[in-house]
Amino acid sequence: MFDDRGEIDQHARFNRRALLLFAAQFGVASVLAGRLYQLQLVESAEYATLAEENRIKPEPVAPERGAILDRSGLPLAVNRPNYRIDIIREQTNSMEETIARLRRLMDLSDWELGRFEQKLRRKRAFETVTLKENLDWDAFARVNANAPALPGVYPSAGWVRDYPERDALAHVIGYVAAVTQREIDADPTSDPLLRLPDARIGKNGVERAVEDALRGSAGERRVEITAGGREIRELSRDPGRPGEELELTIDRGLQRYAMERVKGESAAVVLMDIQNGDLLAIASAPAFDPNKFVFGISHDDWNALRDDEYDPLRSKAVAGAYPPGSTFKMITAIAALHEGAITPNETIYCSGRMRLGDRFFHCWKRQGHGPMRLKTAIQKSCDVYFYEAAKRVGVRKLAEMAAAFGVGERPEIEIPNVKRGNLPTPEWMRAERGRGWSGGDTLNIGIGQGALLMTPLQMAVMTARLANRQWKVTPRLIRRRAGVLADEPRFEPLGVDTAHIDLTLDAMNAVSNEQGGTAFRSRIDDPVNQLAGKTGTAQVRRITEAERATGVRKNEDLPWRLRDHALFVAYAPLDKPRYAIAVVVEHGGSGSKAAAPVARDVLMRALWNGEPPLDAYPPGAPRREEEARRAERQAAQALWGADDLGRPLGAFEPTDG
Amino acid sequence: MSMSILPAGGGRYYEAPELSLGAKLLRLNWLLVALIAATAGIGFLMLYSVAGGDLDPWARVQIVRFALGFGAMILIALIDLRLWRLMAGLIYALALGLLIAVELFGSIGGGAQRWLEIGPLRLQPSEFMKVALVLALAAYYHWLGPDRVNRPLWIAAPLILALTPAALVASQPDLGTALLLILGAGVVMFLAGVSWWFFSAVLLGAAAGGYAVAVSRGTDWQILKDYQYRRIETFLNPGADLRGAGYNIRQSEIAIGSGGLDGKGFLEGSQKSLLYLPEPHTDFIFASLAEEFGFRGGIGLLALYMVTLMVATASSFGIASSFGRLLVGGVLATFFFFFAINMAMVMGLAPVVGVPLPLVSFGGTSMMVILFGFGLALCAMVHRDDPMRRR
Repeated sequence: MFDDRGEIDQHARFNRRALLLFAAQFGVASVLAGRLYQLQLVESAEYATLAEENRIKPEPVAPERGAILDRSGLPLAVNRPNYRIDIIREQTNSMEETIARLRRLMDLSDWELGRFEQKLRRKRAFETVTLKENLDWDAFARVNANAPALPGVYPSAGWVRDYPERDALAHVIGYVAAVTQREIDADPTSDPLLRLPDARIGKNGVERAVEDALRGSAGERRVEITAGGREIRELSRDPGRPGEELELTIDRGLQRYAMERVKGESAAVVLMDIQNGDLLAIASAPAFDPNKFVFGISHDDWNALRDDEYDPLRSKAVAGAYPPGSTFKMITAIAALHEGAITPNETIYCSGRMRLGDRFFHCWKRQGHGPMRLKTAIQKSCDVYFYEAAKRVGVRKLAEMAAAFGVGERPEIEIPNVKRGNLPTPEWMRAERGRGWSGGDTLNIGIGQGALLMTPLQMAVMTARLANRQWKVTPRLIRRRAGVLADEPRFEPLGVDTAHIDLTLDAMNAVSNEQGGTAFRSRIDDPVNQLAGKTGTAQVRRITEAERATGVRKNEDLPWRLRDHALFVAYAPLDKPRYAIAVVVEHGGSGSKAAAPVARDVLMRALWNGEPPLDAYPPGAPRREEEARRAERQAAQALWGADDLGRPLGAFEPTDG
Repeated sequence: MSMSILPAGGGRYYEAPELSLGAKLLRLNWLLVALIAATAGIGFLMLYSVAGGDLDPWARVQIVRFALGFGAMILIALIDLRLWRLMAGLIYALALGLLIAVELFGSIGGGAQRWLEIGPLRLQPSEFMKVALVLALAAYYHWLGPDRVNRPLWIAAPLILALTPAALVASQPDLGTALLLILGAGVVMFLAGVSWWFFSAVLLGAAAGGYAVAVSRGTDWQILKDYQYRRIETFLNPGADLRGAGYNIRQSEIAIGSGGLDGKGFLEGSQKSLLYLPEPHTDFIFASLAEEFGFRGGIGLLALYMVTLMVATASSFGIASSFGRLLVGGVLATFFFFFAINMAMVMGLAPVVGVPLPLVSFGGTSMMVILFGFGLALCAMVHRDDPMRRR
């Protein structure tokens, strides 16, 4: 039963002991208060001195960012000293006076000063604020010499990224720029390097894709400093691990030439080695100067880039998707041969159009090509022949063969945002367009039109696999990493009868090297270095039956945006294929006129490893080439005198011997 | 509220009627609630300052956590105390189960196995055990009644309840928390009326154990981990290695000492902002506070803690049930050990053990545990007239 007495005793004992316990706790609290009193009132002065005087401060040390070089070790992205002026407010006698004196020693625009004052308001008095970066050496030296008379002013030297090639490699290398808060938050390793005042991070291209390896890892130095942070001595230093040096497969000379060659156009050129997949040039014009982004691009410059109709910010070579047009016809041909749907000598009659159900599908040649065999159909780029071939093969087998040549597959290279284009299938049509597949869709795919889209990089890969005949060559952008050469690539077998491929390669030869071929005027007139290619002209607008009746409008009569894309794919030399190339000139008109000469000229530079002899050009072309060489030299001279970044420039080499 | 040591006469012990929600709210110790909120407010201020005058990354999260925990605290306080007594064993078993789970598959953090990750949640079961153990011991002594408290068998039972989780926590290895568990259990046993003789014997045993720990160093049967020895050494002579382990305490002392009487002003602590202070948002937040608000600020926070302790202790005197009284006593002891050990540590009076400053340091689990504990204490005060007679 319940014992009231015991219960009351227990309650009383609890209260006694709880009071005792509180007394003990009060005693402990008194000791704590006493210690606080001792620290903050008795010994306060001593600790205040300790806090104000010499202190040990750990600082992260930024390792040097890995350089990016071309395939022969020429610099594409390097580091140069960045001279900057930092100010600690509480150490200056008067901020106005300090700024006034500094303005006598260095250039400081009102805009820069405004930005500095903005930053100053957000920071506390003892914190370091950067006044100006990227000073030239003379101004930096002047400030340095006057430093003793400028308390609180700290000139310091760091590193900054420099892109000596400027816009020639903007889309491939990308650029670094100031780290945003979002990037800091998203960083899983919370790298202290990202928090340094002059930190930069790769925003685009290789700089972004290989950011982790390029950045290296932070070191740490411990310094003894005075009250406001003036360094007394370094106690220890761990330099960190420098970023890895990258050697790209890009050939600087060829890249420069390709960019120069398509100057003024909105175009892309991809040059690739068909044996190992090395990307020798990835040109996308127009481009931009990545150096402008490193210190933050101005509003005007940014708006100009953004509003440019030619879209300089987009890498057309890897992220521009175009209908491949007639350059796709080799795939249709191989698929048809592979399936036994056509034989090489079978003739198909081209009347200028083909009827499917109640619709007509037109050949680009209105009056028709007459009887066509495989070789002549490719040579003359007859559309009706390939409508018929595609119809016989069917979309499934056609898409299967296209996939083997890399169509619809995203190339794995170290550039972010590489597009995969589009290889349409009935399932895709249902999911994306919400309609069933029609026979007309198959016909359109057969001549590389319709919803079929490829990037110039994919066109180069397709051509490389054709010329290689045996292996599924994949592109490669990095050749050497931290001094270690990449392994020789191993490719999967293409799995197509080489006899079928040889038939199409022979037809490509006819395109370029036989009278009547669509690219005969853009041949290479040299017995050992001939090229074989295929033109393409991709329609970007729909031609109505009404327009056909009154005559299709010519490209010259159309606004730029509605003109056809000009395409050309090729490989060379004919007998021992080594290079594959794809050229797209956006809204450039016909492939044979706008794209083929570009491909020929770039290929020749590669084949002769420098300036080719003028007599290797077909009639008419040498004059253009001579003019181009003269312009190149003038540009080199202009560059020499007009370097706005004030850096010493080496001699401009038009070619790399 | 009665400050008398002796309870009112036997007439107080009647069966309490079920309380309505309004009555419960009226009986809630609002002064204690206000003190808790004020302490947490100081925490928000300091976390804002430690982040360089920014709500992120700590203050905002802490405010949300406190709001959630505060709601939970009020909810816990309004639930019938009898229910908590009935669930005490279950809660203890659950906490013990989690501790064993952490032993089996906890994630490694800070050199010790302390966390259990369940989806997005990261639990530190050793923290929950602090409250669960107090709850279990209070329920145990309530069940035991006044007569059997000092019989050896009935002393052994609570020892097992306390030492099992303490051993598990110590093996993580987290000696600080293990010690806190044992100290908390000791206080509940003391308040329940366990004899002075028992405590004298334990103290003697602890002294002998400490000697053994010291002697075992470097031998095959070394009891503590090397880093724990180093911490003790650092504590005994922090000047020996200014750039190594002693650096933390030294920098903390410099921060506090340089604060002086008035401090350097809100947001102006240079030791903290120059990143000298280790963990300025968790274990060493008191150093930031003392640097920025000086002696007035430091002593103010200490006083706030002591007033909280005093108000709650005074309330515990009038609680009719043994369960309720011991619950309050145990929770307060845990709360006291938290802030006393933390402050002693940052002021160089105790070794660096990872004990946060309650309601102020950044940290989800410790915040939850303190608020759950206060919820239970408030619950005991709300139901102070219910003796919860044993049948």
